[in-house]
Amino acid sequence: MKNPYRTQKIAFFFLFLATLLIVIPVGLIVVVIIQKGFPAINWQFLSDIPRQGMRAGGIFPAIIGTIYLVTGAIIFALPIGLLAAIYLSEYSKDNLLTRLIKLAIVNLAGVPSVVYGLFGLALFVVFFKFGASIVSGSLTLGIMILPVIITTSREALESVPYSFREVSLSLGASKWQTIRHIVLPNAIPGILTGTILGLGRAAGETAPILFTVAAFYLPQLPHSIFDQAMALPYHLYVISTQVPNVDEKIRYGTAFVLLALVLFMNLVAIIIRYKFRKKKKW
Amino acid sequence: MSKIVTNNLNLWYGVFHALKNVDSAFEANRITAIIGPSGCGKSTLLRVFNRMNDLIEGVRTDGEVIIEDANILNSNTDLVVLRKKVGMVFQRPNPFPLSIYENIVFGEKIHGDRITRDKLDEIVERSLRDVLLWDELKDKLNEPALRLSLEQKQRLCIARLIAVKPDVLLMDEPCSTLDPQGTQRVEELMRELKNKYTIIIVTHNMQQAARVSDDTGFMLLGELIEFGKTEQIFTAPFDKRTEDYITGRYG
Ligand SMILES: Nc1ncnc2c1ncn2[C@@H]1O[C@H](COP(=O)(O)OP(=O)(O)O)[C@@H](O)[C@H]1O
Ligand SMILES: [Mg+2]
Repeated sequence: MKNPYRTQKIAFFFLFLATLLIVIPVGLIVVVIIQKGFPAINWQFLSDIPRQGMRAGGIFPAIIGTIYLVTGAIIFALPIGLLAAIYLSEYSKDNLLTRLIKLAIVNLAGVPSVVYGLFGLALFVVFFKFGASIVSGSLTLGIMILPVIITTSREALESVPYSFREVSLSLGASKWQTIRHIVLPNAIPGILTGTILGLGRAAGETAPILFTVAAFYLPQLPHSIFDQAMALPYHLYVISTQVPNVDEKIRYGTAFVLLALVLFMNLVAIIIRYKFRKKKKW
Repeated sequence: MSKIVTNNLNLWYGVFHALKNVDSAFEANRITAIIGPSGCGKSTLLRVFNRMNDLIEGVRTDGEVIIEDANILNSNTDLVVLRKKVGMVFQRPNPFPLSIYENIVFGEKIHGDRITRDKLDEIVERSLRDVLLWDELKDKLNEPALRLSLEQKQRLCIARLIAVKPDVLLMDEPCSTLDPQGTQRVEELMRELKNKYTIIIVTHNMQQAARVSDDTGFMLLGELIEFGKTEQIFTAPFDKRTEDYITGRYG
């Protein structure tokens, strides 16, 4: 006779095992990077320019470059993404055009990041003549994170209950006033979460900045948004594969800073989401 | 004087004929109850009066709904003006996830032009007094409205509505989520409010209709079968179907 409890136990065991298998690599990566990279971290490493052909000194220009790029990407992607999300969730009718737009967003999310890089090169660097610059890199990263921002913002907007909109309209508010005063404020935590996740992705990607902004070695800070800049992920790639005899400590130190930056952003996103969940009661 | 008059009003959801040739007249400063079995079109009729059915795709209406000499079904009706004048209380209490204070001043923030703190304070106090909540809530105006009891929430929703200074209050089963005490208190409130407003209440609770209303309309399958003084409807209905419903021969 079959024992349903035994099958259940076996199923649970395998499910648990699968879950564990996800945790292990994440944990290992974090442990290895901390173990090897943390000893390299000191004030000089964080605040100095690279010296002796990147075999000594710090990574300050790469940190600043990444911060510029991420900020630029968000300045570009957040307004567009949010407006698109508002249009899709509040105004669009279910017709061919809307379905086409949604399909485009899904596909945009699936495009390999190196393709974004090439696209950025062709459009921003060459066609618009921005050259390899912070503008080109930011715009390329911005386009890459648009789908994340649109999708999460749309979910956030759509999760605001219909009854709130209904009652707002019934009180004589216009559709836009309803969105502005009721829907948006209630969706902001979700929108922020999506934005920060997008930021984390933008900070970590190498391929989109490869042809559009990243400088191999630039021992100074950019003066304008039309300058090239160093960036953490590309710098890590360079000192790991392109420059011989770089001390392991420096490589893992760079990886540590990059990882810390991305994990920190994700952590902020998680905290916002958690706080919001606790507060929301509908 | 009649506040709202419907002439030969018809409404379709797509091909479904939900309101059929409804002729009615709702008097000012009286409470009119609309009764009838579930699905007969009570909510639909109510939502015609503030054009909330416009939000539903595929709805078509014809006939006339006259409010203050204008047919509000006309496409040039200013919905903001209409909905300020004809307000709605919903079945489920639905305060915004804001403070009590913010809930009540919502309408003023939307419609008012020169908003001062004093003016808002005054609106909050007056509206809460009108729904008999002022003494209970005056010390916790900044607390989240979602923390109130169901009955308090429903009163707050009424306060939020009358802060907009409507003439007509449409109430769609406003007590259906409340316990008997809560129901009783909201009914008392309605009697209080009828001095200032035209009240139309949808209810599937016949006792409630008999208790609070002055006039009653009985609906069945989209038709307004009978419309008259509550006393007459409940004691000597003209129509056999009304009688059957009132004596409990329908579900
Ligand atoms: N949005 C809608 N789309 C299609 N049919 C609807 C819609 N809303 C209500 N109906 C139908 O219209 C009829 C009347 O509904 P309603 O006015 O809600 O009834 P009541 O409030 O009397 O219970 C019902 O048969 C219902 O199924
Ligand atoms: Mg109903």
